[in-house]
Amino acid sequence: MENLIALLIAAPLLGAALLLTGGRRLDSVGHWIGTLLSATSFVFGVILFADLLGKDAEHRTLTQHLYTWVPVESFQADVTFRLDQLSMTFVLLITGVGSLIHLYSVGYMEHDERRRRFFGYLNLFLAAMLLLVLADNYLLLYVGWEGVGLASYLLIGFWQHKPSAATAAKKAFLVNRVGDMGLSIAIMLMFTTFGTFAFGPVLGSVGDASEGKLTAIGLMLLLAACGKSAQVPLQSWLGDAMEGPTPVSALIHAATMVTAGVYLIVRSGAIFNAAPDAQLVVTVVGAVTLLFGAIVGCAKDDIKKALAGSTMSQIGYMILAAGLGPIGYVFAIMHLVTHGFFKAGLFLGAGSVMHGMNDEVDMRKYGGLRTYMPITFVTFGLGYLAIIGFPFLSGFYSKDAIIEAAFAKGGTQGWILGGVALLGAAITAFYMTRVMLMTFFGEKRWQPDENGNEPHPHESPSVMTIPMIVLAVGSVGAGFFFHLGDRFLNWLEPVTGHEEGNSPVGAGAITAATLVLLVVGAGIAYLQYGRKPVPVTAPRGSLLARAARRDLLQDDFNHVVLVRGGEHLTRSLVYVDHTLVDGVVNGTAASFGGLSGRLRRLQNGFARSYAVSMFGGAALLVAATLLMRAV
Amino acid sequence: MSFPLLTATAVLPAVGAIATAAVPAARRTAAKWLALLVSLATLALAIVILVRFDPGGARYQLTESHAWISAFGVRYELGVDGIGVALVALTALLIPFIVLAGWHDADPLETGSKRWRPTQGFFALILAVEAMVIISFEATDVFLFYIFFEAMLIPMYFLIGGFGDRAHEHGEEAASTQRSYAAVKFLLYNLVGGLIMLAAVIGLYVVAGNFSLQEIVQARANGSLHMATSTERWLFLGFFFAFAVKAPLWPLHTWLPNAMGEATAPVAVLITAVVDKVGTFAMLRFCLQLFPEASKWATPVILVLALISIVYGALLAVGQRDIKRLVAYASISHFGFIILGIFAMTSQGQSGATLYMVNHGISTAALMLVAGFLISRRGSRLIADYGGVQKVAPVLAGTFLIGGLATLSLPGLAPFVSEFLVLVGTFTRYPAIGIIATFGIVLAALYTLVLYQRTMTGPVKPEVTAMPDLRARELVVVAPLIVLLIFLGVYPKPVTDIVNPAVKQTMSDVHQTDPKPEVEAAK
Repeated sequence: MENLIALLIAAPLLGAALLLTGGRRLDSVGHWIGTLLSATSFVFGVILFADLLGKDAEHRTLTQHLYTWVPVESFQADVTFRLDQLSMTFVLLITGVGSLIHLYSVGYMEHDERRRRFFGYLNLFLAAMLLLVLADNYLLLYVGWEGVGLASYLLIGFWQHKPSAATAAKKAFLVNRVGDMGLSIAIMLMFTTFGTFAFGPVLGSVGDASEGKLTAIGLMLLLAACGKSAQVPLQSWLGDAMEGPTPVSALIHAATMVTAGVYLIVRSGAIFNAAPDAQLVVTVVGAVTLLFGAIVGCAKDDIKKALAGSTMSQIGYMILAAGLGPIGYVFAIMHLVTHGFFKAGLFLGAGSVMHGMNDEVDMRKYGGLRTYMPITFVTFGLGYLAIIGFPFLSGFYSKDAIIEAAFAKGGTQGWILGGVALLGAAITAFYMTRVMLMTFFGEKRWQPDENGNEPHPHESPSVMTIPMIVLAVGSVGAGFFFHLGDRFLNWLEPVTGHEEGNSPVGAGAITAATLVLLVVGAGIAYLQYGRKPVPVTAPRGSLLARAARRDLLQDDFNHVVLVRGGEHLTRSLVYVDHTLVDGVVNGTAASFGGLSGRLRRLQNGFARSYAVSMFGGAALLVAATLLMRAV
Repeated sequence: MSFPLLTATAVLPAVGAIATAAVPAARRTAAKWLALLVSLATLALAIVILVRFDPGGARYQLTESHAWISAFGVRYELGVDGIGVALVALTALLIPFIVLAGWHDADPLETGSKRWRPTQGFFALILAVEAMVIISFEATDVFLFYIFFEAMLIPMYFLIGGFGDRAHEHGEEAASTQRSYAAVKFLLYNLVGGLIMLAAVIGLYVVAGNFSLQEIVQARANGSLHMATSTERWLFLGFFFAFAVKAPLWPLHTWLPNAMGEATAPVAVLITAVVDKVGTFAMLRFCLQLFPEASKWATPVILVLALISIVYGALLAVGQRDIKRLVAYASISHFGFIILGIFAMTSQGQSGATLYMVNHGISTAALMLVAGFLISRRGSRLIADYGGVQKVAPVLAGTFLIGGLATLSLPGLAPFVSEFLVLVGTFTRYPAIGIIATFGIVLAALYTLVLYQRTMTGPVKPEVTAMPDLRARELVVVAPLIVLLIFLGVYPKPVTDIVNPAVKQTMSDVHQTDPKPEVEAAK
């Protein structure tokens, strides 16, 4: 059965190879090839899942060793895959949601002349993402890690004739590379500490290593996670990444790739468990990003950027939970899965809206769309209810569990983290209600564009609505399904471990507080965007609102410090290299051993002088050796 | 006596060079084909060497030894270890691509004169360089090595100065001035390095009484040859200086951007992917083996210079306006990694450095040759003159991107494996240096992606709208290189298997063992 694992990756990889090298003759069928191979991978995933379910909980780890990859003395990297409950969960999410989004893209990208290439990139993404979660060592994981980064780069910049798209793609890759430095250094630290970087040996011998080393490894892994999962301070790329086609935003920048950081931390749980300082930093990063993303989400008028802020914030919840250790790991992954459903659904809904609105993304130019696109409205609405944590929908179970776990950390930290998580829930309710109201309710606010084309909003074709409906079902039911009989907990516990914390506040009280805050957040949004008409041009807004629109000024900071500073640095270095280094070395060389005369003659272009000098040198050699023999 | 395979691999291109040069003026296409066939035949011989070489066998294999200038103990001694085999194979592999990519490079020089035969000359010079580089990788006699190490400058000088790039923003005449300047600078720098090495070669003879690498190493190991500490250090410096110029190491690097900028793309590849490798190769073979104690003595300074090369080269690459100079500075950064790996004195560092030499050769060839195809279409080297090429020539843009991704060491492509090995090999002994070197991976992404963005994406510039996509000949050049980059990224074991035993030997020459992991050391 374990031989099937490689096929999970092979199917989409084959698709990518076919579609990217196949040429125009595949243009007419390329999208179906891509979708079919994605679905094939999903089927393999389901077969393996059934196989795992048939085994008892402690024996649900399959490994497949393919070959030795890089062997240099004690440095041994293998291509080995590991399928356990954690990676299985991801495999189903990636291939399941991935296949739905492939299907959706068949419709969404119908009029794009480069659709074949788009599906090639999507397949490439799937293969890399599966490699990331199936790798049995950190170096192989790194290949998947950067592979998804490459796919993300290619897809954000898919419409690369737009300079903004090309810039956004480059920015995403660069910011991620900063995170990759963290992963590189973490692997090097593992190698010097444990002599290996395979999961089993590293995570199994954590007890032998010093806490200082483990803390350093943990922090470097966190840096990597911050890059990939758009956590503060490496979050700046995610908003710009919305330049990519919307199915890409749904799959890569909401449901799967951006959650890889959470996977990395949960997978490395044993390291973090033994490094409480690193854990504390993880929770702080999660808590800060949770608020950061939520605040940014409140201020954006671009529907995709509002959702991107939300993604950042929701992943902040997951990172927070992962930082809590064994009381939070399971809930981090559970929220990751439910978020995969509702956020992918919300993005596909946004794409469906844009599809009907001539690619308009400004919510101030929407309004009242519920009557024009009822299926989109209902599916988006269910996703909305799920994300704000409406009782008994998916987000209600998964987010509540994280808030409870945060309180359960205990002490002052528990109160602060729990408080932040609660506050985040209120803000979530606010910004999501705002999106909902501005898009689907109120008066229609769209106008003909400068060419006189007025959008004619319409429902999307069924190839697009079917995936949205499926995801809506997941948004509604997944949480309850996972929660019932602690199914998800029991499934994942053998890998991640689990502890019940002791919360100073009762679970009931937390749920009640969450619900009250939900009503408050949604209520404020209703008063502002439901009762009053929405102006088509944004009001100036408060200082905070203006800062939030500019992603809380982080880009401005980056621009001034890194971009400008870097430009000055490289420019002055070019000057220094040309004048100083070149000059000094030339000068030294010229004065060296009285060569200057010969140099000048050579500069006149007489290569003959060179020959002379060579013969001169040889003569010198002969003379010296003769002399030595004589002596 | 068995067939002298190593000699044949060098003699074949040398004879080929003479034959190519002798082709009559009217038959220049025949000269091109002849050069291509000779380079392919040389590749075939190199493959035979690769097959015959037994990684588990003696250190130097396929050896040949003949008395040459017996009065001075100079012998004609050849032999290859795993490192030499890998580099001979790399050289033989790249030359056919260089020949094919430069197919039309000499055409504009043709005047129809019967006496002036630029096409014949161009390809003959390339083959001459190949012959000399190959014998440098094979020579185990220091004097023999020195002769070819120096002699290869002559054909290189003419390739840069005589057959350089005609594209220049200030016109033909400016191009001609720049070209001679670059050629002379290349020659001067390497000449000074060579002369200093010559002094050290003489010094070595004075001390050791012969030029045989193996004999000297053996004599030093068993104590029959004693070298005073200061003598060893001076000799080391003399050798190292020449290799550092060739490699090139900061601050001796400034000739490379000129040379690579002014040469045509295939010749630029010849410089950085082939000829410069002799410098780093010689550090491993001669500096470390002949002068182990001095090598360790100099290590801290060399590591810092290598680190400066990595960061400085990358920053300078970011600031370039000229595509070819950008690639040149990127190479300086990459050579920093190679030298870092060599002097980190760990198995991972040195195996990584050797692998890096091979991978850098392939990846730079891919990137630079596609850049050359691009430049030949537009007649400009300036990045700002391009934009939106992806739209009109998607295959060209795609291959350029893959070459770029290899240059930034994307995991999955060959250079990642070598770069990570160098980093980890450095980190185990010098954590701080390893961490600073890691910044190189961010900077590499910056210069590569900025280059790609400015030339390939965005609105299509009017000047590039009619640009044709890659032609069949160009695709034949690029496709195999890309396949190799992917193959060696996914399965580098064939190369590491050959290289590892040689590195193990070198490590024991310098009396070094890998640091133990913390957990094991504690037990």
